[in-house]
Amino acid sequence: MTTAVTAPTFDCRKAFAEELIDLARADDRIVAVCNDSVGSSNLTGFRDEFPDRLINVGIAEQDLVGVGAGLANAGMIPFVSAAAPFLTGRALEQIKADAAYSRVHVVLCGQSPGMAYGELGPTHHSIEDLSWTRAVADLQIVVPSDPAQTRAAVRWAATIDGPVYLRIPRFPVPAVHPDDVIYTPGTSTLVADGSDVTVIAIGTLVSRALAAAELVRAEGISVRVIDMASVEPLDTAAVLAAASQTRGVVTAEEATVTGGLGAAVATLLAEHQPTPMRILGVPRQFAPTGSASFLLEHFGLTAEGIAAAARDLVGR
Amino acid sequence: MSTPPHLAETDRSLRDQAIPAIAELARQVRLSDVQMINRAQLGHIGGDFSVADILATLYGAVLNVDPKDPTDPERDRFVLSKGHCAGALYSTLAHCGFIPLSALETFAQPLSALNGHPNRTKVPGVETNTGPLGHGFPVAVGHAIGAKLQGSPRRTFVVLGDGELQEGSNWEAAMTASHYGLTKLTAIVDRNRLQQGARTEETKQLEPLADKWASFGFEVRDIDGHDYRQLLDAFEPSTTGRPVAVIANTIKGKGVSFMEDRVEWHHKVPTAEQVELAIEELSA
Repeated sequence: MTTAVTAPTFDCRKAFAEELIDLARADDRIVAVCNDSVGSSNLTGFRDEFPDRLINVGIAEQDLVGVGAGLANAGMIPFVSAAAPFLTGRALEQIKADAAYSRVHVVLCGQSPGMAYGELGPTHHSIEDLSWTRAVADLQIVVPSDPAQTRAAVRWAATIDGPVYLRIPRFPVPAVHPDDVIYTPGTSTLVADGSDVTVIAIGTLVSRALAAAELVRAEGISVRVIDMASVEPLDTAAVLAAASQTRGVVTAEEATVTGGLGAAVATLLAEHQPTPMRILGVPRQFAPTGSASFLLEHFGLTAEGIAAAARDLVGR
Repeated sequence: MSTPPHLAETDRSLRDQAIPAIAELARQVRLSDVQMINRAQLGHIGGDFSVADILATLYGAVLNVDPKDPTDPERDRFVLSKGHCAGALYSTLAHCGFIPLSALETFAQPLSALNGHPNRTKVPGVETNTGPLGHGFPVAVGHAIGAKLQGSPRRTFVVLGDGELQEGSNWEAAMTASHYGLTKLTAIVDRNRLQQGARTEETKQLEPLADKWASFGFEVRDIDGHDYRQLLDAFEPSTTGRPVAVIANTIKGKGVSFMEDRVEWHHKVPTAEQVELAIEELSA
């Protein structure tokens, strides 16, 4: 299981859009709903092929999510797509009441999450979204890590009967999974086995966790890497197994540490199997100016940052 | 500003034969509602009574819905965006056979399906969970877009509180409805001129309200929201190819003299003596 630094990288929005078009060709209930985000959601191709099934409500996120819920009530399958910070921040109450509490089949697609908007600043960074959405009952949360897993998650999301938040990475990532990977809620993917430390990562950080495992392997540290794309429901069995079979757990996510993946894992382990942990993410502060790449490095969300946490847990 | 639909007088006479039954339904809805609020010791009686005639008209003579098949995909949709008036909605649904009348006795009791605000996963006939204001209209608009895509004749009705119109999301939805030409959508404003704390015009001015809706691209029908004939006229389909906004001028607390047009009856709970008086007036 290796990830060469020279491997080609991908913007997962392309995989999202291509898969959505494939689904829409086969099922005329599929509609895309956006907030003037045809371009940023990469929905130009969808619009060209299905002009009537691209509902653009303009710059109006509350309306966006409500309209999505109404389309679901009408028997359509809406993929509600917008930049993650505005979708989850501006329309959080609609996500709670209209989608989750009303338990309708709305697929909320958060585009360009985490630090993807880089220099545009903290207004545009979506690092709180996982904390916010994890607090909402009955909402499944999926954070794919590469194009194949993005496609699998989109396919799965079209078939379920309930609300889901799909967080689609924009920061270029290498392929981690085989093309035929499938998404199963509550199930994680073991992307590298190891016996000393476990790294549980999501999204952009999965490939970086694999690179970290390579870095410390030369030092004699064996790292297990788990892709926890299913943030809600969490794969609790995999977390508990990692805690008993390795000496500590590192979590890594492009989000605040207040309530995302790290918090979910820590809560589980604190109650059932107290385990040394290092929770990597963005501290509770607004980021300084910089590109996405710069900010990931600034907050230690790199292969080297993950490797340092792994070394720390084994006392090196 | 009112645009009376062009309906042949014979058709109208036939239609108006439903009015006595609508009036009786409205009376029963108010009677059940005051008893529910009395048992639960909570509720929103003022708004329940202002909207009761609107609900009775819709469920009594307008909506194509079947209590025996409440999830029929081709049913008309009704959304109560002012979800705090769940008591009036539950009473209406019970008197129309969607839920048993006995269920009303559980209103707001522990573990009851009848929460203080309506829940579609627990109450047949409820389309979306409302309560926070400014939510129902966008959902109704989404449904109407879906119906239009499907080429369905089904209609969408949504009732908004007038104070609720201070929520900006309604105006986002109004723009969308107009942009998408949702001619089978009717938005009804329960214009009782009072909100929780004071008169709407003292709190944040809504007037000129008809002009606002017209400027957002709606066919506006400004009516007496307690006159069944005017309500039936107003709920006729659009005559202009535009979505319809009905400004139903109502009286908060309508039907009980000491509650009418008084701000404190937004969510005040009547005493036992007041309940008796209310029942007496509603039974007269």
